This record gives sequence, C-alpha cells and structure tokens, in this order.
Amino acid sequence: MPDSLNERKERIAKFKKTILNKDDSARSVDIPEGLFVKCEACGNAVYQRVLDQNDGICPNCGYHFKIGARRRIALIVDPGTFFERDAGIASVNPLGMPDYDEKLLAGAKASGMPEAFLSGTAKIAGRPVAIGVLDSAFMMGSMGSAVGEKVTRLIEAATVQRLPLILFSASGGARMQEGILSLMQMAKTSGALSRFRDAGLLYISVLTNPTTGGVAASFASLGDINIAEKSSLIGFAGPRVIKQTIRQELPEGFQTEQFQLKHGAVDLVASRKEMRVLIARLLQFHPEVRA
Amino acid sequence: MNAERPNAAWEKVKLARHPKRPTALALIARLFPDFIELHGDRAFGDDPAVIGGIASFDGRPVTVIAQEKGTNTDDKIHRNFGMPHPEGYRKALRLMLQAERFHRPIVTIIDTPGAYPGIGAEERGQASAIATNLREMMSIKTPVVVIVLGEGGSGGALGIGVGDRVAMFENATYSILSPEGFAAILYKDAEQAPAAASLMKLTAADLFTLHVVDEVMPEGPGLHEDPSTGFVAVQGYLSRALVALSCLPVDRLLSERYIKFRAIGAIVDGENGRSTDENQN
Ligand SMILES: [Zn+2]
Repeated sequence: MPDSLNERKERIAKFKKTILNKDDSARSVDIPEGLFVKCEACGNAVYQRVLDQNDGICPNCGYHFKIGARRRIALIVDPGTFFERDAGIASVNPLGMPDYDEKLLAGAKASGMPEAFLSGTAKIAGRPVAIGVLDSAFMMGSMGSAVGEKVTRLIEAATVQRLPLILFSASGGARMQEGILSLMQMAKTSGALSRFRDAGLLYISVLTNPTTGGVAASFASLGDINIAEKSSLIGFAGPRVIKQTIRQELPEGFQTEQFQLKHGAVDLVASRKEMRVLIARLLQFHPEVRA
Repeated sequence: MNAERPNAAWEKVKLARHPKRPTALALIARLFPDFIELHGDRAFGDDPAVIGGIASFDGRPVTVIAQEKGTNTDDKIHRNFGMPHPEGYRKALRLMLQAERFHRPIVTIIDTPGAYPGIGAEERGQASAIATNLREMMSIKTPVVVIVLGEGGSGGALGIGVGDRVAMFENATYSILSPEGFAAILYKDAEQAPAAASLMKLTAADLFTLHVVDEVMPEGPGLHEDPSTGFVAVQGYLSRALVALSCLPVDRLLSERYIKFRAIGAIVDGENGRSTDENQN
C-alpha cells in the first residue's frame, strides 16, 4: 500500500510537469480534435474555432457543448482572481480495481487535471467566493474519495472564511471503481453542507450536463438556489437504467433542464452566456454576513 | 481474490436476497412489539416501501424507520420490492424530525435493492429527496442507529443510512451498485455478477475493514434458516449503542457523527497546492 501511494505521488508529480503546464486554452471544449465538430442537437458541422469563440455553444441551434473546468472558471470569475486549493489531492486505487489506474491516467490526460474536481477561491464582480467545478472529461466527473475530499474541504473552507459557495456539477455520479467509499462521499459532502447552511451562508448549485446519480443525490441538489444550465441532462437514475426497469419508452424531454424546472427541482434555467451575470446578481442580494 | 472460496462475496449476495430472509417487518415485530406505524409524507402520499413509526425499546420511546421488501408476491408488488420513491424518503425525514422534536432516538433498518428508477420518481425529485436526507440526518439532534438487515443498495440505502452507529448483519451486503450493474459496466456482461461481487468489497466483513460499519452482527445459521441468533445479537447491540449514545451531549454526538463520515475515503495528498488555510476540525 505505501509503495503504491508513493508510486502514485510520483506519477502525479510527473503528470503535472508534463500536462498541467500546458496552456489552458489548448483544451477548451470537450470534443475530439479537428477542424469541424458535429453538433449532437442539430447535426450541423460546426467550426471548432467558432465553437471555442462562442463559449462552446452551437452557433446554429444554441446547444451547449460540455466544457472543461478551467474554461468554466474563466467564464465565471474575475480575470486573475482564481486561486486553486487542494491541488495535490488525487485518487488511489483503494480496492485494487482492475483498470482503474489506467482510467485515472486517461482521465487526467483527457481533462488536463489530476482529478475530476477543480476548486479554489475567486472573485465574481468583486465579491470573494469559494468555487468548485466538476469536469466531465475526467471519468465522467465521477465522485470518488478524492473528489469527495476536495468538495468537502472547499465547503469547510467556505464555512470558516464565511464565503458564498458556488459549485458547478457535471457528473455521472459516484465513482464505481472505489465502491462503497465513493458512496460515502455523498454523506460526507452533504454533511459538510449541513454545517455550511447552519453558518448562514449562501450556496448556489449550478447543474450542468450531465448531473446524475450520486452527485445529483448529494451536494448538487442542495443549493439554496439551484440553477440548471441549458442543454443539460439532470436526474437521479440514468435514462438507460430507467428504460430497462420500466420497459417503456421515456417521454420526450425527460430529465432535461426544462423537465427539472417544470417539476420544481431547480429554481431557474440559464444559458452559459448569462450565467456569470446571473450569479453576480444573486450574490448582490446576499450581502456579506458576519459570524 | 480468495483462491479457496472465490465466490464468498457472491454467496453473501445470495443470502442477503434469500427469499426466506426475514424482512424489516419481522425484525420490527421482534425488537419493537408495541410499534405503531405512522404513514405519509404530508405532501404526496404514503410509500409502502418505507415504514415508519414509534415504539418502545428498553422501556423508552424510539422512532423506527425501515425499508420493507414485502413477503409474498402481492405484498412485494405493493411494496415495490423495497425500492422507495421520493415520498418514502420524505416520510422518513418527517418522522425523523418528529423524533428530534420529542427527543427520541432513531433506529433505521436498511433493506433495499436501491431507490426506484422510474418516471414518477424522477418527476418528484428522487435525487433531491435523498440528498436532503443525507444533509438532515447529519445534523439531526438525537441519536441515530442504522441497521443493515439485507441489501444495502446504493444511494437508496444511504438515504436512511447516515447515523452515529452503523451495524450490519453478517450476511448483509452494502454496495455502490448491484453486482449485476457493476458487471454490466466492468465486463459488459451482467452474467459476470459473481466475479464483480468479489471485487466490490460489499460484505459486512469488508465494510468493517473499510470503517464504513461499526459492528458485524453474527447470524449463526443465517437469518433465513433461523433468525434467533441474529435477532438476539441485534437486540444486544442496539441496547448498548443507545445507552452509549444517549449519554453524549448533543454537540459531541453531532461532531462525532460528522467525523465518522468525514474520515471515510482513501486519497493521496501530494502537496497542499496553493492552499494556505487548514481548517480540519
Ligand atoms: Zn447545433
């Protein structure tokens, strides 16, 4: 065990040198490289460059492509104000699950991050906040021990520093490769939010595409204000599982952000372009409170 | 993993799901003979997959919340095979808050394949119902003891599973996903469930080693054969746990509950990054 720990530490250090120092703009939208990409909503071919310049939104139909965590931070916070925290936390393979180590490396490569969650402090329209973003390019943004720990530490830091908390979710749920340990991260993160709430602080949860499973059934649903981004699949069970269980076709628009709005799970739906201003305005309605 | 007994974990899965294994109502009848069931979430309906009510234990009132799978075909269908809908989790929360108000300890009994994945469940906010319970159970100001009786199916189990003590029967299982679901993803073949089960660390002994459960309760010949050994064990455990927890001041109870779950997980912390504040408490 200690050997594999050290090994992993070395690998993370090496990985950081080689991959993380690359310019963030090198990976801005989570789609295969190439000049064109196909929009999965309207089917049109879209210039990759046009898509990048349009914040990952299809210029034809407005479909929101998935974007990485660093790109997300850049779209939301005041330039130069983001300070990452807990950057050294990464996963181990506690149950010795086959192929998990390879998946972690592949996830790191695909996302440019050592884990699926990026967190820190920043300012939004001048207001200091604690902010965290899940990156679906890293093992579908799944929550294992490392993600659970980073989310919890961010919530705890926000509680102590009395900062508003903003979490962007994009996740298939709890990470199955860490078994029950992943499941328990749901209790851990939700428990931290109980203390945060008792401290009288504001939590804005932004649910993006996709937010399902153990992340939907823990911190992502617990915002004082839940915002769903356009083009998002949001729900507890995945559509495939539901279809298999009930053996019938799912209704049109099932588990979309509009479905969640209609059924009362989210307070409002926003496009990526209006997200920053919306969050800034909501923060203004919540003046700083002293302990 | 274990060369001599490659399917030891799968055997537990089969025992946890055994058709003759007592369900929550049988355990309630034994532990809480004066149980009065209370129904409904006060908003949508009454979920028969979740049972709640008041009873006495060792001469003092307790609130009991349980997942019930049903005993015969009709009853199983009525109870949705123990798979709760959001209103089940909301009923559980309503009764737990009631217990807090009247300073009653809470005993929850887990036995579910999982929260129900259906259209109505999604419409009524399954994710939000479970998430809310996780948050509220962490801060409820009365002792909570969790008993894993049979199947601990993922978030659906955890939705009534946050407490000061978690005890599990010897042949019960508790996992992030069913072995079939796990195998379908890992091997692209649900038939490989036995192999998946042995990887997943889902037995009571595994979870004790991982510090997810505090106590493994022996079953003797197995609850499906003869429940008396197991029922005596759970009675004794519950009695000791409630005495110990009732002595704690509320703030200590809550901080220990928080730390218990806070500590679960395995990570590497390569460096502290640019983080400067350390505020673990
Ligand atoms: Zn399009």
